[in-house]
Order: sequence, then structure tokens, then C-alpha cells
Amino acid sequence: MTATPSTPATGDPLIRLADVSRVFPARSRQGAAVTALDHVDLDVRAGEVLGVVGYSGAGKSTLLRLVNALDRPTSGTVTVAGREVSGLSERALREVRRDIGMIFQQFNLFASRTVWGNIAYPLTVAGVPKDQHRERISQLLHFVGLADKAHVHVEQLSGGQKQRVGIARALATDPQILLADEPTSALDPQTTAEVLALLRRVNEELGVTIVLITHEMEVVRSLAHRVAVMEGGRIVELGDTYDVFAAPQHPATQRFVSTLVEKGPQPRALDRLRERHAGRMVTLSFRDGDASPADVFAAFIDRGVTFELVHGGVEDVHGRTFGHLTFALTGADAAVADAVSYVATLVEVTTPASAAEIGTEAP
Amino acid sequence: MDRLIELDSLFWEATRETLGIVAATLLIGGVAGLVLGLLLHTTRPGGIAPNRVVHVVLNLLVNFFRPIPFVIFIAAAQPAARLVVGTGIGNPAIIFALSVAAAFGISRIVEQNLVSVDPGVLEASRAMGAGRLRTTLTVLLPEALGPLILGYTFALVAIVDMSAVASVVGGGGLGSFALTYGYRQYEPVVTWAAVLLIVALVQVCQFAGNRLARTAMRR
Repeated sequence: MTATPSTPATGDPLIRLADVSRVFPARSRQGAAVTALDHVDLDVRAGEVLGVVGYSGAGKSTLLRLVNALDRPTSGTVTVAGREVSGLSERALREVRRDIGMIFQQFNLFASRTVWGNIAYPLTVAGVPKDQHRERISQLLHFVGLADKAHVHVEQLSGGQKQRVGIARALATDPQILLADEPTSALDPQTTAEVLALLRRVNEELGVTIVLITHEMEVVRSLAHRVAVMEGGRIVELGDTYDVFAAPQHPATQRFVSTLVEKGPQPRALDRLRERHAGRMVTLSFRDGDASPADVFAAFIDRGVTFELVHGGVEDVHGRTFGHLTFALTGADAAVADAVSYVATLVEVTTPASAAEIGTEAP
Repeated sequence: MDRLIELDSLFWEATRETLGIVAATLLIGGVAGLVLGLLLHTTRPGGIAPNRVVHVVLNLLVNFFRPIPFVIFIAAAQPAARLVVGTGIGNPAIIFALSVAAAFGISRIVEQNLVSVDPGVLEASRAMGAGRLRTTLTVLLPEALGPLILGYTFALVAIVDMSAVASVVGGGGLGSFALTYGYRQYEPVVTWAAVLLIVALVQVCQFAGNRLARTAMRR
């Protein structure tokens, strides 16, 4: 099922889910039990940002909550930094949880406390002496850029500021791991970018391993080193972010990637392109390491084929590029056919389908 | 009016008694109601410490006692009052009956106000490694403080109301005063003096409660 094999981890993974299932019992007698996680195996490496993508109900929240044992697996084991958390008592877990920060879509700040009070809370819980609070809290407030908001009540903050407080609170006890549950889904695009930049600093400057769940591919692209795609309680694809974006294998992954990157024109757009451009339409997928566009263009020119770029662009993922470029090719039929079959040895070639050809109306 | 002036010292004595009964009830019944309400909320399915048996038993208990009209409850609770406070009559007995009735009433008010606390906030506390007791006392209660104060103000007014029937077991206070010296002696001025003072007391309580709640909610 998983087309992209997960690269073997170097050393022990920081978080390991081994054959984990979570079944929620039926709510009523007539209802059916819900399998939120279905025999999931997943390793998270120390220092990485792992993005977990899926639609609502795919099981990503359940997966995240197993890591700090807010929820327990029905079967299988969850190991964090060598300790099997799925078997620990609630009391023993308190200590483990201090090493795992968590941030939330709705921030979940304490409205009854100030910004300062929110960040002090985990310190108090962890038994950090009061005289050390001031230094640590001020350090954290500077890190998240809210030094001037220390004594403000949280309802006076904007969404982005609230999430910054959430991040500061989650980092207070200096955890190794940060669990991020849709951290930007309640934020506007500008604020999302700021929060993502802050999370990147958390990962790069503080070395915190981040497991991030989201349904926004832009968040994954800008932050995650690796991506796990979930559907129906299973991880259907797992790979480096670049590979997942440049060559998504599973249909669910392809749907997610297509929200950001179109592989060729949509059927209706193709129909419009055909009205304006003569010739044969082909989509060429260039990926880092493949032949360069220059090689392809040379092949066209050698065969007397005229080519016109009608659709597509180049994408950048963590400094590596790929692109799906659609060309209208004109020339003698034989020459075009020869050029296309030659180019197909260099890069992936697909023929875009129009609405009439696939027989369905584009959405 | 002359009669009221004659009764002046008794009137203020009755006022002091009402205040004493209400204060004692609010303290004892309030604390017991808080504990009961917290238990009802935390043991509910999906609560901080889900426990079906405790939850069902407490629910039954509260539902059993709450609908009993207070004037009947005083009589029914008399044997229990003798056992606990040593007497079935007078102010100690009325404080006992009021506290028990108030505890059950307040427990529901507490439970309802705690429901308004976002479960996500409690989960955040748990994710930070806080235990159940700590989460309950340092997150759940503070987060619901404003509505809780309003709920207790409501309960306080109800206690003032209930305390007026103290005379059925020989208790004192403004209710007894109004019945004994006003109603039974055909002195409407005396009755109304007690009524107006009770209304004034309730107004003061409500005003103070609203102020406190607003401070707690910072609105």
C-alpha cells in the first residue's frame, strides 16, 4: 500500500508506534465501533519535523494523543524516548508529559490567567522553584516575541499572539518533543506564516522534535521534513516532503498535493487551452535529478517540433525544485510522436485529459 | 407603626438571626455543594475522572433530595438533625436542614457552570503533567469562577427565601418574626417591615455577587 518506503531511521527513533490500533467502542447499542487507528507503525526521528496529513476522521488527532498518552491504544505499543508510555500509569505519565509539549488549534489557554500565569503553570506543575520562574518566563516571552504582553489577560490577544503564548507555555519545561494539533488552522494566512516561522525556530534553534498534524499542505511544505499521509486510520504514504510533493503515490496524497500543485491543467482549463492553442498537449514532470528542461527543449528543436508552454510552474520544497509543465506541440505528426517518445525517456510524460474525455464534469 | 417601634430590638435580633442562619448555610451547604458538584462533573463520562458508579449514585441522590419541598424536608430531616446537631428544633436544626437542601441545590448549579469550561483547557493541563486534583483546583475552578459566583449568588437568594420557614421547627429570623408578630397579631406594618428588609438584603447580595462576578470575568 505504501509506495514510498520509509527510509530506515538512523539510531533509535524518539517516538515509535508499533502495530498501534485504537478502536472507540460504539456509542449506542445500534452504533458501530469506530476504528480510528488501524495497525499503524510509525517512527519519528529525533530532531525532525514530521507532518501528519489527513482529512477529518483520518485518525491523526488520535495518533497525536497517543504520544503523550492522553489516549491509550487498544492494541500495540507507543514508545517515547525508550519508555513505553502506553503501559504507564497516569501518575508515572506526569513526568513523561513534562518532556512533551503540546499546542492546540484552539490554543486552550487559561482565560483565568495572564500570559505570565499561563507560562508559569507548567513550571509550577513541574515543581520548578518560584524564584526561577521570572528568568525562564522572560526568556520564553522574548523567544516568542511577546515580552511586552507578560501581564495581559489572554482574551486581549490576537489569534497569532495566543498561539505564541501556547508555544511558550508548551516549551516552558524545555521538552524534547512538541506535539502540534492543527496549530495554524484557526489563523489567517499572514499569522499562519508567522507561527510557522516560530515553529521552525523551535525545531532548528532549540532542537525540538515536532509532530504536526494538519490538513493544510502549505503548512507541511514549509515546515515538515517528512510527511505521513493518513486515510481511514492507516498511514497510506510516508516519505520526505520533497518526494511526497514531487511524486505523490497514493490517491489520497495526490489529492492533498493537488491542493497546492496541479499536475497539468484541470479538464475545463484544458478545454479552454485547446481553443487557444493548436497541437498536441503533453505534461512533462521535471524533478530534481531528472533531465533539465534544456535537454527536453533541445530534443524538440532537433526534430523540428514547435513547443509552447501553456500551463504549469516550478515548485520549490526545501530548496529542491520540481515542476509539471504542459506544452502544446506543433509540427509533423511523426516528428511530434518521435519527440514525445524520446522525451518520455528523460522525464515523466502524461497527456492531460479534458472534461469530455474523462466523462465527468470538473468541480 | 407604633408596634414596630416597640418591637425594635426583636426586629434587629431577628435580622441578626437570619444573617447568621444564611451565612452558616452558605458556608456549610456551599462547601458541600461545591464538593458534590465537582464530583458530579469530574465523574461524568468524558470528565477528568470518569466513574460511572459514583456518577450514577450521586445523580440519584441529588435528584432524590432536590424536588422535596423545603417545608416538608425540615420535618423529614428532623431525626437526622437530632443525630447530627443534637436537636431537632431551633436554629441549629434549621441550619442543618438548610445546609443539606442547599448542598444538593448548589451541586447542580456548580455542575452546570463547570460544563461551560472548555474541555480542551483541561486537556492542556493534563498534557502538561498536572494531576486530576491539581487540574480541578487550579484550572477547572478558576476557569469557571465568574459563572460560579453568579450561581452562588442565586443560591444565596434561595437560602434567604428558604430560611423564612424556620419557624416550623422553632427557628428564628425575619420569617419567624413576620409570622409571629406581624401576621398572627394582625400587624401588616410589622409583616411588611420584615418583607422590605428581606428584599433589601437580597438586593445587596445580588449587587455584591454581580460585582464580584464581573471582577472575576474582567468584563
